[in-house]
Amino acid sequence: MNTLESIIAKHPFTKDLNPRFLHLLNECATFERFGADQPIFQESFEADRLYFIERGRVALQNFVPGTGVTTIQTVGPGAALGWSWLYPPYRWHFSAVALEPVEAAGLCGRTLRDRMQENHEFGYEIAMRVSHLLLERLQATRFRLFEMYGVPT
Amino acid sequence: MACPPEILSALGDPMLPQPFGIKRVRHDTLDTFTLELAPPDGARIATAAPGQFNMLYVFGVGEVPISISSAPNRPMLHTTRAVGTVTRALAELKRGNMVGVRGPFGSSWPIEAARGKDVVIIAGGIGLAPLRGALLELLRRRKDFGRIVLLYGARTSADVLYERELERLRGRGLDLSITVDRAVDAWRGHIGVVTTLIPRAPFNAHNCVVLMCGPEIMMRFATLELQKCGVPEEAIYLSLERNMKCAVGFCGHCQFGSEFICKDGPVLRYDRVARWLAIDEL
Repeated sequence: MNTLESIIAKHPFTKDLNPRFLHLLNECATFERFGADQPIFQESFEADRLYFIERGRVALQNFVPGTGVTTIQTVGPGAALGWSWLYPPYRWHFSAVALEPVEAAGLCGRTLRDRMQENHEFGYEIAMRVSHLLLERLQATRFRLFEMYGVPT
Repeated sequence: MACPPEILSALGDPMLPQPFGIKRVRHDTLDTFTLELAPPDGARIATAAPGQFNMLYVFGVGEVPISISSAPNRPMLHTTRAVGTVTRALAELKRGNMVGVRGPFGSSWPIEAARGKDVVIIAGGIGLAPLRGALLELLRRRKDFGRIVLLYGARTSADVLYERELERLRGRGLDLSITVDRAVDAWRGHIGVVTTLIPRAPFNAHNCVVLMCGPEIMMRFATLELQKCGVPEEAIYLSLERNMKCAVGFCGHCQFGSEFICKDGPVLRYDRVARWLAIDEL
């Protein structure tokens, strides 16, 4: 089994991150496990975690009145999950549920924010990586708007 | 690989449809169906290479280019979606009805160029149909290639094409990932666009060949994602579709920059057409 430190060091989110910043991530991280169908976080609740998924798949869900719970996207090993901890009011915009047993490094959002405030170079690195996540999700959302596969070929 | 002239000439008059009978109709999804065609009296037909297409003529209605979805030397299959006048008419046909067939036409997937390399197949929606023959051929010659990865995106879980067959092919050395935009029923697989599968797909970006077919918008974004992973432009092959009419490069309806999609395509190397793909209405 990988140690917490190696999960963080090998995760795509930390690729090319200055090694001296890794300990700042390590010291606010815990190893977390979720069983199949177990909630990881709940929409509108306090967002206090950034997860580096090591194993298993996670469904991002929204509750749509009249329709029920709808899965918007699934993410798997190598994904970084959660950015709401970085932006006020620090509330989850979606719910996340483990589709299968999930192992992840869970980093404390509040501590990360404090470290980013104290060390702006570290803050810049983390903010850049989170904005990259946002960009990927924005692009994926745009692709969906095209109704890509609905177009005849 | 462009269709050699000697094969074209062996086809006889390429403008003359040959009557073929419908041996079988299979409904794959709500709006997608597969026709198995055979010439009357079991006459010999030209062998099609994976990626090529035929012109199917519904008598009294019209003619459309439809990719061949069968493996080489297997019964001739065409999978298509009922979206226009001719394809809707095709969808109405039954076993025993006749259609006119011209072909096979066009270029094929670069199977030989992929020897010794990983092969990444990226398909969106009905775009899996032109890739099916290549996939079956790659798996038939499994030892000639590295990893064979299929990344397939569909609109919903009900629109996934050849689902049971793909699951069977996992056991023959296919690394399969399917993703849907929206889940229906009890779908427990990936949800999200097909491009999200690329960064974590198991292939060597520096020693692979990519075969891709789907809506152009999908192929554009998938190409960007592949390039981010380090896949060179010359390793990416696309199957394009334009308004093909004559299918032999005479009429110019399907001209795409300096290429004729019917004759030089439909399978084209990305670096040969990249500059044209960015031009509106070309």
